[in-house]
Amino acid sequence: MTEPLVRAEHLTRVFGRGAAAVRAVDDVSFALRRGEITTVVGESGSGKSTLARMLLKLLPVTSGRIVFAGTDVTGRTDTTAYWRQVQAVFQDPFGAFNQFFTVRRLLARSRRLLGADLTEQRMAEALEQVGLRAGDVLGRYPHQLSGGQRQRVMIARALLAGPSLLIADEATSMLDASLRATILNVLTDLRDSAGLTILFITHDIGQACYVSDQVLVLSTGRLVEYGPAEQVIFDPRHEYTRRLLADVPRLHDPT
Amino acid sequence: MTAPLLRARGLRAAYTGQRGADIVAVDGVDLELPAGQVLGIAGESGCGKSTLAAVLSLTARPPLSVLDGELTVDGDRLDLSGDRPPPRTWRGSVVSLLPQGAMNSLSPTTRIGDLAVDVIRAHRGRTRRTDALDRLADRLDALDLPRRVVDSYPHQLSGGMRQRVVTVLSTLLDPRLLIADEPTSALDVSTQRQLTELLRELLHRGLVGGIVFVTHDLPVLRAVADRIAIMYAGRLVEVGDTAGLIDDPRHPYTAALLASVLVPEPAIRTRRIGGIAGAPPDLSAPPAGCRFHPRCSLATDVCTRQEPPALGTVADRYATCWWRADHPDEDLEARL
Repeated sequence: MTEPLVRAEHLTRVFGRGAAAVRAVDDVSFALRRGEITTVVGESGSGKSTLARMLLKLLPVTSGRIVFAGTDVTGRTDTTAYWRQVQAVFQDPFGAFNQFFTVRRLLARSRRLLGADLTEQRMAEALEQVGLRAGDVLGRYPHQLSGGQRQRVMIARALLAGPSLLIADEATSMLDASLRATILNVLTDLRDSAGLTILFITHDIGQACYVSDQVLVLSTGRLVEYGPAEQVIFDPRHEYTRRLLADVPRLHDPT
Repeated sequence: MTAPLLRARGLRAAYTGQRGADIVAVDGVDLELPAGQVLGIAGESGCGKSTLAAVLSLTARPPLSVLDGELTVDGDRLDLSGDRPPPRTWRGSVVSLLPQGAMNSLSPTTRIGDLAVDVIRAHRGRTRRTDALDRLADRLDALDLPRRVVDSYPHQLSGGMRQRVVTVLSTLLDPRLLIADEPTSALDVSTQRQLTELLRELLHRGLVGGIVFVTHDLPVLRAVADRIAIMYAGRLVEVGDTAGLIDDPRHPYTAALLASVLVPEPAIRTRRIGGIAGAPPDLSAPPAGCRFHPRCSLATDVCTRQEPPALGTVADRYATCWWRADHPDEDLEARL
């Protein structure tokens, strides 16, 4: 059996102290297998984003370990090298842009991380991977792009570094339903063609159902269910998952 | 046949643009809603649904202005053309708005009870404080919400509870028509469900006469709405009863919206969902003919030149499409 790309062991993050301490992520262990999409689902405040921020090394862990490609990276401080391996896309494609910068200038800012590796050719390749043509978008300003195009540009930006793990934190939540599927298709295509490992975070079980190989269910910081997507969504074991699924509005009656 | 609770005819509203170019965001919309029902209004961002909510709730403010139209609520008629401000007696008691992002619209330094006193005094004139607080408490009891809300500040309540409290406050004067603009969009599925149940309960008890529910979320509408109207580029493209519209869409746009919905059902794991190609049009220069034709896979030459015919009526089943006019009985799902 091959080593998973990421192993999280007893990951815990506590905010505050004493009586006011909040265990935002509480003893969570899981593995992200290479070339799979793992989705974290949970309600607001369940600890989804805290988990993502720890994996991105934007937030120190309180206790537990993160093992990346066989190496313990929990206490590592050279984040520049780490961020070449782990990249992220966030929720708001409208706020993530400097509106005075063209797409070319936005992407060129990755030079601070990548140095001379970042060529015009690399930018064009990354844009092509998300279904955009360099000639169409590089010279444009954010207001000239639709929400779906902006989020694709953000994914392309993340791909510039050639990461092995992409973390997409609610990356589709602010888009129209008619566009969500197209962004999710970009993620599944990246998994299938480039073998990218993806951690997708969402509160929407419908989206989790569409893209995931594996699903983690978080509730108030604890991992309540964890397994293959089909099993977790269509045959949930935990009471919380069942309740969450029962509350999801459907388009057709379950048959 | 009894008269409908709401009858809207020829609603037109525009945003004043730069250089005097008006952007007509609601362009000739007719609506009907029978008493005791929920009418859902759905569409993508920028289709004009929130503008329609502002027109219906009489809360249009510059740069938005209502150009034309006529509202009849429970037999009372209101002409919206011209620049006359809507009568104060209508707002809050005839129509009331449950605004978008309602849970963040409570003043952080005002207790809920004090806010209720303000709301009632603003509309009913002199009212004893205790009477107003009693009214709120009774309403909370009736809807199975905790009485402690009366003395709470907003930060002491959860997001879902704040949303329900705003719903209670906006219906405190028993409006005949409640306009709910994206009330569930920022909520978790569980709180979403509690809110839709609260709205149905308000209807069931006759505390509101009818609800117009604006959202982009079709599965939520299936749970709450009796009828659904689909908007595109400022116009209605289809109206129908909820089950009929979802099971047998008459307009290609409705079918495309339905096909891009991601729900946790086994079928979506095996099918690639394409979404809708392109983006809604710029309303300062909408396409000629059918406004959906640049994104429609069934569009023909006539769709690019002439406005599509209206099939049926908004009181029953309505669609406006050239393809449908030629293929009255064909299943749209199979054609996409």
